[in-house]
Amino acid sequence: MSEGPKPASENPAAPGTPTPVAEAAAPEAKAAAAPKPAAPGAPKPEAKAGPKAEPKAPPPPPGPPDQAPPADLAVPVYVTALQSGLAGAVEQVSFWVGDWTVIVSAARFAEACTFLRDTPGCQFDYLSDLTAVDWPARAEKRFDLVASLYSTRLRQRVRVKARLAESETVPSVTGVWPAANWLEREVYDMFGVTFAGHPNLRRLLMPADWQGHPQRKDYPLEGPGELLMENPQDWLKARQAAVDADIE
Amino acid sequence: MQTDTPRPMFDTDELVINMGPQHPSTHGVLRLILRLDGERVLDCNPVIGYLHRGIEKLSEHRDYTQIVLLTDRMDYVAAATNNLGYVETIEKLYGLEVPRRARYIRTVLSELQRVASHLLWLGTHAADLGALTVLLFCLRERELVLDLFEEYCGARLTYNTMRIGGQPVDVPPGWDKKVLAFCDVQDQKLPEYEQLLTGNRIFMERTKGVGVITAADAIAVGLCGPPLRASGVLRDVRKDEPYAAYDEMEFDVPLGVRGDTYDRYLVRLEEFRQSLRIIRQAVEGIPEGPIMGKVPRLIKPPAGETYHAIEAPKGELGYFVVSDGKSVSPYRFRVRPPSFCNLQALPQLVKGHLVADVVTLIGTIDIVLGEVDR
Repeated sequence: MSEGPKPASENPAAPGTPTPVAEAAAPEAKAAAAPKPAAPGAPKPEAKAGPKAEPKAPPPPPGPPDQAPPADLAVPVYVTALQSGLAGAVEQVSFWVGDWTVIVSAARFAEACTFLRDTPGCQFDYLSDLTAVDWPARAEKRFDLVASLYSTRLRQRVRVKARLAESETVPSVTGVWPAANWLEREVYDMFGVTFAGHPNLRRLLMPADWQGHPQRKDYPLEGPGELLMENPQDWLKARQAAVDADIE
Repeated sequence: MQTDTPRPMFDTDELVINMGPQHPSTHGVLRLILRLDGERVLDCNPVIGYLHRGIEKLSEHRDYTQIVLLTDRMDYVAAATNNLGYVETIEKLYGLEVPRRARYIRTVLSELQRVASHLLWLGTHAADLGALTVLLFCLRERELVLDLFEEYCGARLTYNTMRIGGQPVDVPPGWDKKVLAFCDVQDQKLPEYEQLLTGNRIFMERTKGVGVITAADAIAVGLCGPPLRASGVLRDVRKDEPYAAYDEMEFDVPLGVRGDTYDRYLVRLEEFRQSLRIIRQAVEGIPEGPIMGKVPRLIKPPAGETYHAIEAPKGELGYFVVSDGKSVSPYRFRVRPPSFCNLQALPQLVKGHLVADVVTLIGTIDIVLGEVDR
């Protein structure tokens, strides 16, 4: 569990933030097939204590909720097979609105994928999607690498997820599914996640000389101006000053 | 010593040429770097990204309701299916119940869209191969579909025609009769295309045995939609993971045998007929009732994530959405574009073929660059 109390202490104004502690309470919240719209987070009693230049937007959540499956739900065979076949690889199992997700350690991501492809009862021969999610508030493991798998024989789906640190290299799954080639290149392009053993890890959608990784949460929506390309720190200061001036 | 060996009259070096990004056959801004040995393609390297508008990033800064019209701009010749995939993903994430009437209307729109998209594909594909008449025929029929869309929602290209939880407008009076009339017209026109192409010797020469891909390779490289089915893989999201009202529809999934360009043509041609079959069932069976479900004023799904896929005309269109439960915009919005995954197989398809076949093969995988680059 990488999401420790650190983000919470940074953002005391967000008691409703999903944390691993909140996961235990998740099952009864979604025991009903149709999850009800969650009540907005508790009011912010300590918001005034923050610095005066606090942005209006709520603080970024420290990570995905990764809800635990309800106790009365049978765990499908492909999840149990992975748990027993690769001991220690599965860190967590999650279930939400009908989708099963297995969270594996990043170092064994490719190994788990190979296992899911080749084992009878799993046979996930089709890689639907491979993408990443950026959780900058999660201090140690910033990225979630998410692969959506499908089995054309057994007609079932599963998601495999791995948590990565910013500098961490994850083994490529191009050897498991050639379809991962461009998808991994896009993840590299957009998030800066590097894959070990990828045959051609270059930018895909952005120009080859582009600076930065656009899908990261700290990358501005309006894109880089001249100043940002040359001196990102000065640019951030200028932007913050503009925001402050606008508020006052 | 050099003088003893006969010099070839011409250079026999490999040649690297650039095809695109502005090339009439690339259907947009696609650039291919081809390594040639004479007329044969040794290697092909697609360069994409010319139309990248950052729709994923943009969507993470828009309300859930505002994203519908951004999805229009991805596969702009099949905007209705893009809308459908997106709104269904949010409905799944939010646990919203969609009225049956709205699901039927969505099915009609999505199949009309498939017909329109396949018509444009067939016309341009045939035109790439020199059969310009088919293009004119296809655009003529596509016009009828666009008229139907215009009457339903007012737009002809970017429809913005679905809402989270239901449909924005009800079917106009008499529209269903017009849809059925269109089905009859289209049914009569299909033999016209077939007459021009199916038995045409030039067309067969250009397509049979070109770009063959086996079922195992097609699955591994991530092909989806008609190209995957032409290789003989029974995979159709409408059957396997039914959405909208497809679980109540009766239709067949056409499969190919050889996995070549000709089979991909035949599969899509049969999909026309199956689409018309679905449209007829759905239009005649539209139930009475509301078109909009109970939707909160502010769309703010609980924290969680989901992946939902539909069968777009070009293949499996998936959306992966992460909600943090606090914001009115998605925390992460990811599109799995079918054209992107199909285009990835192009180097494998063109290897060993002639340069003229590259044009055929770009046509046969049916890409829209707006969707590839997003």
